[in-house]
Amino acid sequence: MSTQPRKQPPPSLEVRGLAYAYPDGHQALFGVDLTVARGERVALLGPNGAGKTTLVLHLNGIHTAGAGSVTVAGLPVAKQHLAEIRRRVGIVFQDPDDQLFMPTVREDVAFGPATAGLRGAELEARVVAALTQVGMAEYADRPPHHLSFGQRRRVAVATVLAMEPEILVLDEPSSNLDPASRRELADILRALDVTVLMVTHDLPYAMELCPRAVILSEGVIAADGPTRELLGDAELLGAHRLELPFGFDPSAVPVPRGR
Amino acid sequence: MGAGHAHKLYRHGHSPVHALPPHCKLAAVLCFVLVVVATPREAVWAFGLYAALLAGVAAVARVPAGFLLRRMLIEVPFVAFAVLMPFVVPGDQVHFLGISLSVPGLWGAWNVLAKGTLGVAASVLLASTTELRALLLGLERLRLPPMLVQIASFMIRYGDVITDELRRMSIARRSRGFEARGVRHWGVLGKSAGALFIRSYERGERVHLAMMSRGYTGTMPVIDQLTASRAQWTAAAALPLTALAVCLLGWTL
Repeated sequence: MSTQPRKQPPPSLEVRGLAYAYPDGHQALFGVDLTVARGERVALLGPNGAGKTTLVLHLNGIHTAGAGSVTVAGLPVAKQHLAEIRRRVGIVFQDPDDQLFMPTVREDVAFGPATAGLRGAELEARVVAALTQVGMAEYADRPPHHLSFGQRRRVAVATVLAMEPEILVLDEPSSNLDPASRRELADILRALDVTVLMVTHDLPYAMELCPRAVILSEGVIAADGPTRELLGDAELLGAHRLELPFGFDPSAVPVPRGR
Repeated sequence: MGAGHAHKLYRHGHSPVHALPPHCKLAAVLCFVLVVVATPREAVWAFGLYAALLAGVAAVARVPAGFLLRRMLIEVPFVAFAVLMPFVVPGDQVHFLGISLSVPGLWGAWNVLAKGTLGVAASVLLASTTELRALLLGLERLRLPPMLVQIASFMIRYGDVITDELRRMSIARRSRGFEARGVRHWGVLGKSAGALFIRSYERGERVHLAMMSRGYTGTMPVIDQLTASRAQWTAAAALPLTALAVCLLGWTL
């Protein structure tokens, strides 16, 4: 990625020397350093158990760093401004049934901004805008369990967009989606004007959406670079239990369109 | 609200009763039931009038009598006790068709039966003209403790998800040749229930995590503020007020 000049706004996400051990003593992160500039789309790749989810839960202060720091758009993640941090970091969890807990889509999307104190027409406008961004505006009054899986995933994205986050964090966004839903979600994500950190195993999807990728392995960032280069390095992938799908050749894929 | 969010009890419609705000209807039903319970059991005619009042509401709500009566069958297991009363309550006996029945028992049975049936009828009317979601909003508006409303609303949201999980587990069991045939298989069913509990518990934790990630701090934000006009309150009050008049007559006559 091009380096950011000095006058740019602070990076959307800055992780410095982050280490964390679970209360049972199992250490998951051993000093993670990661900077994501505003507007970037970065894929966070890594095998199961690499600490990806643990890292994600540090970004909005669910876990508290054992050592090191996390800063979101200049604001350090700490107890006293947790509410603002959680508004700035929008996490879309893997199972939309966990994320959508209100009786109707509209109320679910309204939950975040309403918790932040928005009411009335302003709240309604925010909900409509977020649902329109993911193409689900006409489903506002449906209960989430009457939607298809792909639709629920899109509504889950809307629930987070409604908070107008600084950075969108997606946990395995392509899991359980059929190819059409996958493509629809990719189109939606590409159209968003927001910083994206995408946690995934789905290497082609990472390549399609994210110009830059980092590999998290055994609790540290093992590689950081253009997605195409990382995926072209079979030795690097092999060392971290990552594998391309059968027949997929990164060098044969046209360069993804930039923003 | 919610198209397609219809519960079995709810009957979609656009009657004046459907249009009343849920908290007005809830308050009206509660007051009606209290008035009915406060009526002396000897005033048999009063209960007839109450039934007529409810029939009137059902007519305005365009809820067919068959629909209402079928749903009232839920009452049957609860009134079985009332049927026993004439046989077990001590007191003066009367003989009817050669069976000895106790007079206080008969009055007691009538009391339970009449008041219970009216209460159930009023509740069924409420449920068939008010959506589940609206009922919860109404309860919230009536200052029911928010934690109870939250629990009920999660039940609505996750009832289907958990039923679905149960169905998948049952398919998985049957796919491996298991059929629950008798007591010997209860152990397996018990383990399934345990597994379902653990899964639901873990889902609860994940949902809580997702809620915290969106700023949840223990209270649900009020998204839909319910309001009711004076006219709506008056319309809703018509039922309990008329019933109150009947009740007072019952005490004086």
